[in-house]
Amino acid sequence: MSSFSVTEPTQRTKWVSGTLVIIYALVTMLPLAWIMLTGFKSPADAISYPPKVIFDPTLEGYVNLFTTRTRQTDEFLAANPPETWYEEIVREYDMVIAGPSKFGERFLNSVIIGFGSTFLSIVLGTLAAYAFSRFKIPLADDLLFFILSTRMMPPIAVAIPIFLMYRQLGLSDTHLGMILLYTAVNISLAVWLLKGFIDEIPREYEEAALIDGYTRFQAFYKVVLPQAATGIASTAIFCLIFAWNEYAFAVLLTSGTAQTAPPFIPTIIGVGGLDWPAVAAGATIFLLPVMIFTILLRKHLLRGITFGAVRK
Amino acid sequence: MAQIIIKNVRKEFGNFTAVKESSFTIEDGEFFMLLGPSGCGKTTTLRMIAGLELPTSGEIYLDGEEISQKPPSQRDIAFVFQMFALYPHMNVRKNLSYPLVSQGMARRDVRAKVDEVAGILGIRDILNRPVGGLSGGDRQRVALGRAIVRDPKAFMMDEPLGALDAEFREHMSEELRALHDRMGATTVYVTHDQLEAMQMGDKIVVMNNAVVEQFGTPQEIYDTPATMFVADFIGSPSMNFLDFSGSLAPGADTVDLGGQHHAVPTQREEASGDLVFGVRPEHVRLTDAGAYRGEVLATEYLGTTQIITLDTPNGELKARTDSAQIAKVGETVGLTFEGPKITLFDKASGQALRSELNEKVLAHG
Repeated sequence: MSSFSVTEPTQRTKWVSGTLVIIYALVTMLPLAWIMLTGFKSPADAISYPPKVIFDPTLEGYVNLFTTRTRQTDEFLAANPPETWYEEIVREYDMVIAGPSKFGERFLNSVIIGFGSTFLSIVLGTLAAYAFSRFKIPLADDLLFFILSTRMMPPIAVAIPIFLMYRQLGLSDTHLGMILLYTAVNISLAVWLLKGFIDEIPREYEEAALIDGYTRFQAFYKVVLPQAATGIASTAIFCLIFAWNEYAFAVLLTSGTAQTAPPFIPTIIGVGGLDWPAVAAGATIFLLPVMIFTILLRKHLLRGITFGAVRK
Repeated sequence: MAQIIIKNVRKEFGNFTAVKESSFTIEDGEFFMLLGPSGCGKTTTLRMIAGLELPTSGEIYLDGEEISQKPPSQRDIAFVFQMFALYPHMNVRKNLSYPLVSQGMARRDVRAKVDEVAGILGIRDILNRPVGGLSGGDRQRVALGRAIVRDPKAFMMDEPLGALDAEFREHMSEELRALHDRMGATTVYVTHDQLEAMQMGDKIVVMNNAVVEQFGTPQEIYDTPATMFVADFIGSPSMNFLDFSGSLAPGADTVDLGGQHHAVPTQREEASGDLVFGVRPEHVRLTDAGAYRGEVLATEYLGTTQIITLDTPNGELKARTDSAQIAKVGETVGLTFEGPKITLFDKASGQALRSELNEKVLAHG
């Protein structure tokens, strides 16, 4: 007989759990991997059957994503030899690049609106959570319930009132309008999550700072905020993911200046046939910011998820 | 260095009264103990002096200046928290520098001052360590350092030894007292541990149920308790209470207990009805000559002394005697009491009756 320790898993447990994790990872990552690969395929490879796993990679999808192209006569093409590598790719289809596509703009809109609303949600959420956590507020429990109740129905259920309201206020298709909308949806989550984190921070830290000669705001800024960094980081990730991926409101309320990437990417399909590699390239680029943001904050996120499990 | 006067201070939290009109004076340089069971209002009183709570009514004077409604930053009072409350995201040096930085002190002076204080407390070698990994004692020293670094007018300490283990507590309490004697700063110290209060304090305020029960030196409080609560709370084992009924005239110097006359300090007030005969365990003698009898229920051996529990006609009683004294469980023995040390109480009010022994103490308390 071998001896077992409670903390050390047996060989078999390791194998079983390891296999399960790998299977789960494959199932969830396969579609992503497929999209990323498709971004580097030619349109013919992208729709070939059976699907090609090994193929000649090309940047065609990315070029198509960032450009608009027009078909030209043979004389024109002969008179203007291609000057750049991306021009050459387009020439294979007897086309020339007419100009940049709108993807860059739309992507920038997503960045402005996503990070803007996340920032606003976190600022307002932290202040509100601090107030709920530290001060005696009349009807605090009812207010907190009210804040939570704004999330009890899917936000899209109020799409029509918001659409009409925004039209009246001139907020339709504006960055400000979308930032306010996503902030309104995220703020309840932010208040509740952050209140939990701030409740865990002993009041003595602030009291010590007050005694040490700081004002209430300085104590909040210099002592509470660094302590709440973990909670703020994980809350920020949740807020950003929502604002970044939001599709329904974006379709409804934006069409031009403030259109975000999610409603824009599908429109690529309509430009010059079913251009799956360009769509896949757009989706890949679209995934990057949230991925980078999450990787940057992952230390905080991991601590955030297990926060409060261990008392000091 | 400062005198602190608490005058009719009252604190309410909604419908709950945490502190009822309390008044006492903390003299300059005193090591002053606020003692009482949990929930008695001692910590609230301390926090009001520091400015972490504002009193509902009443005045607090620091060096003659009324400060009760000022924010803590304008009071120049330092506070040591029970859980230390060191800033966890800063290292030891930063923790110690923090109160000085807020005053806008030049960086070089801050460094010098922190080094000086770290030298006093013997924590120079850990100045650059994060506070997370420190032992309880070192955290305690850093917390003290953060309090003394800016030479405040007074120190508030909220059970600063509460988070330490018993062995280390003893050592730290000596260190604290030595530090106080060296600096001579007015210190207000909250504790629920009567032993700690007696050991360390120059003066003690005993609080219970939001009320100041008694205020005086450790000896005054131990020898001449003003109320039954104080008599019971101070001392281990606590004072024995033997119930009897009778009436006393001013000038009486004996009471009738179980058919026997017992000497008491000359009484100064009239009393009748249900009374209580209060005697400390060390003032009970076991002698065969005693006509007042009790049956031995149990004995506890404590080394040099022993505690003998007896059953008497007026209730259970504990005696502290020399451990050489022979007492067998089940035996009936004679008891005498040291008359001049007895305190009589009115049972209904719990107040001590004035006598030759305690009249001076009760007059100012």
